[in-house]
Amino acid sequence: MVKIIFVYFAILIIASALAAITRKNLVYSLFWILLMFIHLGGLYLLLNAEFLAMVQLIVYAGAILVMFLFVIFLLNLKEEIKEAVFLHKWSSRLYGILFLLFFAFLGVWSFKNNFKGIYSIELIEKEGHTKVLGTVLFNEYLFPFLILGFILLVPLLGVGIVALRRKTNGTT
Amino acid sequence: MLEFLLMIIKTMIVFAIVLAHVAYTTYAERKIIGRAQARMGPMEVGPHGLLQPIADFIKIFFKEDIIPVKSEKFIFQIAPLIVLVFTMVNLTVIPFTANFVLADLNIGLLFILASASIAVYGIILAGWASNSKYSFLGGLRSASQVLSYEIALALSLAGVVLASGSLNLKDIVIAQHNTIFGIYAIPQIIGFVVFIVAAFAETNRAPFDLPEAETELVAGYLTEYSAFRYALFFLAEYVAMYIMASLCALCFLGGWTVPKFITHIFPFLHKVPGLLWFAIKVYAFIFLYIWVRATFPRYRFDQLLNIGWKVLIPAGIINLIIIAFVKKFH
Repeated sequence: MVKIIFVYFAILIIASALAAITRKNLVYSLFWILLMFIHLGGLYLLLNAEFLAMVQLIVYAGAILVMFLFVIFLLNLKEEIKEAVFLHKWSSRLYGILFLLFFAFLGVWSFKNNFKGIYSIELIEKEGHTKVLGTVLFNEYLFPFLILGFILLVPLLGVGIVALRRKTNGTT
Repeated sequence: MLEFLLMIIKTMIVFAIVLAHVAYTTYAERKIIGRAQARMGPMEVGPHGLLQPIADFIKIFFKEDIIPVKSEKFIFQIAPLIVLVFTMVNLTVIPFTANFVLADLNIGLLFILASASIAVYGIILAGWASNSKYSFLGGLRSASQVLSYEIALALSLAGVVLASGSLNLKDIVIAQHNTIFGIYAIPQIIGFVVFIVAAFAETNRAPFDLPEAETELVAGYLTEYSAFRYALFFLAEYVAMYIMASLCALCFLGGWTVPKFITHIFPFLHKVPGLLWFAIKVYAFIFLYIWVRATFPRYRFDQLLNIGWKVLIPAGIINLIIIAFVKKFH
């Protein structure tokens, strides 16, 4: 039963990702990405990662994708771009494929069979995913977490400065 | 198999009750606003106009479904369904009494926030697919409004989560009942006010109904919609109001419980069923919605965003910090 559900999610994620990059109309491709994000959330649920699934929906589907939608609307792309793009050269296609293959192999090599950490599935099921995630994040990975916060703060300040300059016509 | 059947029956009961409530909320709204403006409200259909919602439903059901020629047909047709489905799905995680909840999720609160953030797509896409400037502006306004107020809403709820130590709505109510005040609205008064204001904006209701401001945008994203698809949007708006009202009752007003200090003075209140308490709290919040609509003028859009970003979000953060300190040193 679980396998069937997994196969459904996996196939739909790949299919909707492919559909998203082949659509001519950008709003439609965004729609496909939304479908992909929802199914990714479902896949997380299947892995007992309930908190991650909901955050996936709230952050990616709810916030980031809406930003993309705004950008598409702002640029008002009525017709698809007809010029030759980067990927029309054969050499760049080849490099692109090699690049992707490199990451695919890296992913395969880093895969460890029967990996057992402290946080087994039983423990997560008993304690609740949200609690375990919080404990790990704020104890073992506190420093990376803080650095991530600072990294996110920088673009926030940057946007504020750009908006302020525009308001005062560049004369800070 | 029997379990599955029982689940379907339960779901249908909840949906039917909520839909009946929605129908009579429109009636109550017209009556209350009528009274607020010294009118009678609907009086013609049935005694005191009691059959008015049914008459409205029959009328809207038989109207012609007009689809603009130059619209994006598929998205135009599917947009109201997206809004309605992702609003009604929230009903599954709301515990109505101590042992009646359709799906007892560990992350019920996050589920509501997640599906609310997806329901926005329906509104944006409706505005875009209609191929009309009014609709498009309404859709964009709604998106930026809901996005900015969702942060304030989540911050005010984060205080509740921190105080109760759970994301499960049922556990939140139980944890709340065990505190001194019995409701979180008293110790977390800042968060409570932030939640109420954000809930009004989140459901696109007056005084924040900018996406459908009649004076500027005809009817906003609803302009090109007619007949049943319009009714679906309408339904979704009222169901969202009920979701917000139940969330308020559960997270701040103690859900189906009564504060202990009240039952200490009046012991006979123990006999009142929990569902009734829950209903009273929800109705009070719905009445607040209608009351505010009848009394407050609409904000300008820049004022709306300023309130969201410069007042509510800092207030929410302050509330969260206070709760964190109380939790740490209490």
